[in-house]
Amino acid sequence: MSVLVDSSTRLAVAGITGREGSFHTLNNRRYGTNVVGGVTPGKGGQDVEGIPVFDSWAEAVAQTQPNTAMIFVPPRFAADSILEAADAGIELIVAITEGIPAHDELRVYNTLQRHREDGHRARLVGPNCPGILSPGKANVGIIPASFFKEGNVGVVSRSGTLTYQIGNEIAQAGFGNSTIVGIGGDPVPGSSFVDILQLFEQDDETELIVLSGEIGGSAEEEAADYIEQFVTKPVVAYIAGFTAPPGKQMGHAGAIVSGSSGTAAAKAEALEAKGVRVGRTPTEVAAIAVEMLGVAPQSRVL
Amino acid sequence: MDLLEYQGKQLFRAHGLAVSEGRAADTVEDAVAAADAIGYPVVVKAQVLIGGRGKAGGVKLASSAEEARQHASKILGMDIRGHTVHTLWIEHASEIASEYYAAVLLDRSAKQPLVMFSTEGGVEIEQIAKQTPERLIRHHVDYLEGLSRAESLQIATEGGAEEDVREGVADALLALYEVWRQEDATLAEINPLIVTPDRQVKALDAKVSLDGNALYRHPDHASLSDSRNEDPIERKAKEQGVQYVKLDGDIGILGNGAGLVMSTLDVVAQAGGKPANFLDAGGGSDAEKIKQAVEIILANDAVKAVLFNIFGGITRCDEVARGLIGAFEEMGPAISVPFVVRLDGTNDEDGRRLIEQAALPNVHPAKTMNEAAEKVVALAAAQSGRQV
Repeated sequence: MSVLVDSSTRLAVAGITGREGSFHTLNNRRYGTNVVGGVTPGKGGQDVEGIPVFDSWAEAVAQTQPNTAMIFVPPRFAADSILEAADAGIELIVAITEGIPAHDELRVYNTLQRHREDGHRARLVGPNCPGILSPGKANVGIIPASFFKEGNVGVVSRSGTLTYQIGNEIAQAGFGNSTIVGIGGDPVPGSSFVDILQLFEQDDETELIVLSGEIGGSAEEEAADYIEQFVTKPVVAYIAGFTAPPGKQMGHAGAIVSGSSGTAAAKAEALEAKGVRVGRTPTEVAAIAVEMLGVAPQSRVL
Repeated sequence: MDLLEYQGKQLFRAHGLAVSEGRAADTVEDAVAAADAIGYPVVVKAQVLIGGRGKAGGVKLASSAEEARQHASKILGMDIRGHTVHTLWIEHASEIASEYYAAVLLDRSAKQPLVMFSTEGGVEIEQIAKQTPERLIRHHVDYLEGLSRAESLQIATEGGAEEDVREGVADALLALYEVWRQEDATLAEINPLIVTPDRQVKALDAKVSLDGNALYRHPDHASLSDSRNEDPIERKAKEQGVQYVKLDGDIGILGNGAGLVMSTLDVVAQAGGKPANFLDAGGGSDAEKIKQAVEIILANDAVKAVLFNIFGGITRCDEVARGLIGAFEEMGPAISVPFVVRLDGTNDEDGRRLIEQAALPNVHPAKTMNEAAEKVVALAAAQSGRQV
């Protein structure tokens, strides 16, 4: 098992004809992800190395039955593409696009919430995220899959490269991952830590969860409360941005300490208060994870 | 993007919120001319992106041209908690019967707009929230529906706005919401929102933050960014599309990915060093971009050593190495500080080999992030020792 993406994933990509979009789509296909189609308005009828391109999400869905959408279109078109994919009935939408206006994200989030109340199931991961990788099964996004292998550690993170850093150290200790989920660094993410923790808690393969957060907002504090109440599996956390000055945006649109709220110290404290171990460096996080997992699977074989 | 008071007030006025008549001035002469045109008494207000202007002496009442001149010459150029005053806002002085507080902001937790209102204005919102939380109304708006007049009136009433100005306060809240929504703001705050003795409701201050990602919808917002209040190196970095934040230490940092760079700053601080900057070279950086980034880091004279911390995903370590080598070729002797370089991930072996072959002076490889941090802290300390 794994969460969100696996061998049953049927992926279609908005922005497949762009430079970045085609590069990463083909990368995902090479990894073994079943890529069934693409969407670029005005380029319907073309193909990208055999992947058929459609003018709209409705057409792509009618012709190729994708269950997962990846959004690679420029920021000003991204919100509409996400909503169009949801309207067409796609259940999982992974938005890689960086730089979407916050108000567009509010519109998307609240529209999808309304859809849910009406019984639709569309789930958005991202935007401004590296995507989702279930090693050995499917890769949807831009995570460099070669560093990861199958295993029992679930990872959920607001940052891409930091995930690779922590994941790689865990991999070097002999452990693999069930799924790695990048929820993105924007102020209004489609999925929160809590949403993904819930999935990992239910996933048979996942035995330990690594949560990698950063300054800004209160998603880590909300995760801490959720973990205390609902998560039985061990969780190891990391928070980036202890040295970030207030009022300065640190790369990600959502990574900003506002006054005294959203600090790394407050987040680490909130997690520790609920019994979550917090590593002070990526290396320490990996070390704690390895310690909690016990003997590495490789050593067990030996 | 944070706006100065007078820029925020321009947006307020455009959306029908009452503000006092005023003019911006960059020189003492302009300030006096503005005051003369507006008519005395006027308030001379320092325009800086930081609170506590009044306490710092940056807000003064002037009843004559002579007083306006005195205040303007004293406030222009003044340093207010690290912010230099380049611009003044001269506005007609208001008589105040009551001071309220109003704000609309993006509540990241609820993922909805949040309207806040209190009759205890004039002090900082943190103080209102702490001292009289029962008098601070917090009302979430459904983003898809917008703020209705009925809701707005309810907020004014529940918040305890005096009965004869409830309609006026409701109008002000509606206008403030429109500023927030139509201008793609993340924050629109009025503190204080005043009631005058003749029962007008007016914005006496303005704090507005606009979403930089929405600039394409608002070409007019570009002119609101006041580059004189920006750090010159940050400005240059922004022009080149590099994510750079200047900090007050002496160790230059370059990494790829915002999270990894933030983490690098933390690890350097834990090793006893002080980072001089945040710089995210971004995903898929090529050699040219890395070279520009090195120039930006070294433009800060305080930098005594530089740390490259790369975990290559889309970014290829060989491209980073080529960029660093290119920077040394171009800047050569101008680079007088040591570099510590840690390359891991995509094409890391190629990258390390390229750097080794280039035999760059004073460039030290490191295997792990922690080792790199310790090395660069030691090198920066040694460098400081040499200069002392």
